[in-house]
Amino acid sequence: MSSYSQFIVPTLAANAAIDDMYKLLLCWRYLRTRWIALASVISVTLGVATMIVVNAVMAGFSNEMQTRIHGILSDIIFESHSLSGFQDPQWHIDEIKRAAGDQIAGMTPTVAVPAMLNFQVRGQWVTRQVMFIGIDPNTHAQVSDFSRYLQHPANRQQLSFDLREGGYDTIDSQNPTETPTRPALEHAGWPHRRMRVNRERLWKERLDSKKSTENSAARSVDQQVDAVLAATSPDGNSSEISSETVDTNEKRTNPFQKARPNQGHVMDLTKEQFTGIVPGIGLASFRNRQGVDQFLSLPGDDVKITFPTAGTPPKAVSDNFTIVDFYESKMSEYDSNFVFVPIDALQRMRGMIDPQTGIPSVNSIQIRLKPGAQLNEVRDRLRDVFPADLYAIATWKDKQGPLLSAVDMEMAVLNILLFLIIAVAGFGILAIFFMIVVEKTRDIGILKALGARSSGIAGIFLGYGLFLGLVGAGAGLVLGVGITQNINQIRQAVEWCTGSRVFDPSIYYFFQIPTIIDPVTISWIIVGAVTIAIGSSVLPAVRAARLHAVEALRHD
Amino acid sequence: MLETRQIYKQYQSGTTTLEVLRGVDFLLEQGGFLAVVGQSGSGKSTLLHVMGLLDAPDRGEVWLDGQRIDNLSVWEKDRLRNNSIGMVFQAYHLLPELTALENVLAPLLIRHGIFDWFSHKQEAQKEAEELLDRFGLSDRLHHRPRQLSGGEMQRVAIARALITKPRVLLADEPTGNLDEESGAGIIEALAELNRDNGLSIVLVTHDADIASQARGIVRLAAGTVDMMNHGATGSAA
Repeated sequence: MSSYSQFIVPTLAANAAIDDMYKLLLCWRYLRTRWIALASVISVTLGVATMIVVNAVMAGFSNEMQTRIHGILSDIIFESHSLSGFQDPQWHIDEIKRAAGDQIAGMTPTVAVPAMLNFQVRGQWVTRQVMFIGIDPNTHAQVSDFSRYLQHPANRQQLSFDLREGGYDTIDSQNPTETPTRPALEHAGWPHRRMRVNRERLWKERLDSKKSTENSAARSVDQQVDAVLAATSPDGNSSEISSETVDTNEKRTNPFQKARPNQGHVMDLTKEQFTGIVPGIGLASFRNRQGVDQFLSLPGDDVKITFPTAGTPPKAVSDNFTIVDFYESKMSEYDSNFVFVPIDALQRMRGMIDPQTGIPSVNSIQIRLKPGAQLNEVRDRLRDVFPADLYAIATWKDKQGPLLSAVDMEMAVLNILLFLIIAVAGFGILAIFFMIVVEKTRDIGILKALGARSSGIAGIFLGYGLFLGLVGAGAGLVLGVGITQNINQIRQAVEWCTGSRVFDPSIYYFFQIPTIIDPVTISWIIVGAVTIAIGSSVLPAVRAARLHAVEALRHD
Repeated sequence: MLETRQIYKQYQSGTTTLEVLRGVDFLLEQGGFLAVVGQSGSGKSTLLHVMGLLDAPDRGEVWLDGQRIDNLSVWEKDRLRNNSIGMVFQAYHLLPELTALENVLAPLLIRHGIFDWFSHKQEAQKEAEELLDRFGLSDRLHHRPRQLSGGEMQRVAIARALITKPRVLLADEPTGNLDEESGAGIIEALAELNRDNGLSIVLVTHDADIASQARGIVRLAAGTVDMMNHGATGSAA
């Protein structure tokens, strides 16, 4: 019905306007001889073109954003309210399957806790507040586009939390460019780790040798003092003091030593790694003005993460981890917040595994639906099965509701404002048509004398309005689609002319202005513009129709 | 054939009321050629407009071929103007956007819808060309009005009035804007139409010489018929 009704107004007007030959002929002649009327069409054209461009770009942005958000979040998120999570994810997965299995394509359990990430940059400790997310490397790819956003080609195929030998992308795989924007990643992986560990070892040895020189100097003084003291006190403990000093040094240069999980076993950091993590790329890098990414830390580096345990009250525990890859969704909110870790490691460290039964707990289950499945219907079905006081069940749209509705509202407001431009054009048409009616008063009298009906006279002007609307909207359509399709070239041209950046990719999630041309939107814009053009010709048309034949004929 | 009975018409201009027609009885017989004469403001043109259904009388009746036409619906009046009444004006009243040929075709363009038009187009165009040819305008078919002389424009206007094969032709000072020679040509053409084709004509003029070429004369004074000179087939009641 709505698709039908949107075309009723113009069709009726078209019928009324041009069902007689003379109206068509006169409309055409007026269109050809009254160029001033075309001036009012320019504003219709510009209005339509602007609306098409703005809608296409906004739709592009919105879609890109939704894709990214959706790429990270699965379709439906099944969560517990408590940080400790719920026990036995497998039982929950089975229950979810029973409730809505026909619409579900995949599920994976996750554990998410707020945490603190510490890493060393040039000897200084950097601290970041993060969301620490335990994922199952085998099933996580089934529910989200997570793996697509990794920097190692092999990890994009199958995520592994083991550090790779090398081969990290130096060119952004999501936006391939000619020149590498991430030269630093070339040596990332084991080569970087070995280099770093060896460097630290050398540094430590140098420090140690310096210390030992100082110590030996001190010792020789001590020995002398000892010798003096030994004469007075026989229970000297100079060697113990010395060994403690060494211990202190050891602690300072290797902060991970004490917290290492398998104490007693001395790790060879050039051959072994801690538990692998995949932090968001924004946590460890920034983009400089030249568009090259500078890394504070690389795959192969070790970091320290502090997070709460599952008990009540939660206690803070910390452990060492090795960066094995970076995650880049291009949603800066996520890229600078998320750190992924194998779920079993996180469960173990947080004490989420029941020591008696060995059954783990999880925070949430991510659910991906089959294509075409009804998002809200599945959510409601699950809400019926699982009590709301224990579980929070939300779709990805619910989660990002405020953001998405903000974009929708922006679009609505912009459309209203832009439509006002076309409405202003309507007033232009109104004024110009009134002038034309006055100018053509005698012709209107002639037509009446020749037997034209009043409705026919009105039809000429309505038809004229229709033509102007169609010409304006048609030109606007061509212009708008043309601009939309070449918007990135136009942007480059503008940047080249003005020398300033119009669109800075580093602050957006994407590298080109995304556009989506939606035929339904475009047809609404055109119908709206044509309706306004016809609408503004109604008053002049009625005035023309009401002219008295004799008075019109006498008009000079 | 064309008859008016006790036509009254007044115009209101601010607080003053101007009585233009005060009980005009007028009769044109089939095939008649009547000249309506009178001074400026005597109501000649108003009478013609009332007869041509461009204006409605305040009182009185207009009859055409035994049918009362002043009380018809607006649409019926439009149809009659288009089919049965041809009008020629002092100021030619051609449509400036259209060529001579298109101006002549205008009444038929008004009559026919788009699809209807295409089935009539060739025939109509041929007729229009013949009419223009008859008035010596065969080389002016595609000229715009502003490219034509006054006499030529008036001939185009007459051709336009004739294309519908009207029952009656109403001419309002058709020579008023023309020089003597062109004016004589126009009157000659009208007389010929009346003589050869039996077309009923009402000619409004203030020129006694021109009026004398009609078959009968009706003089209007102060809104009433002052004098009737019965022609061979025309009469004034």
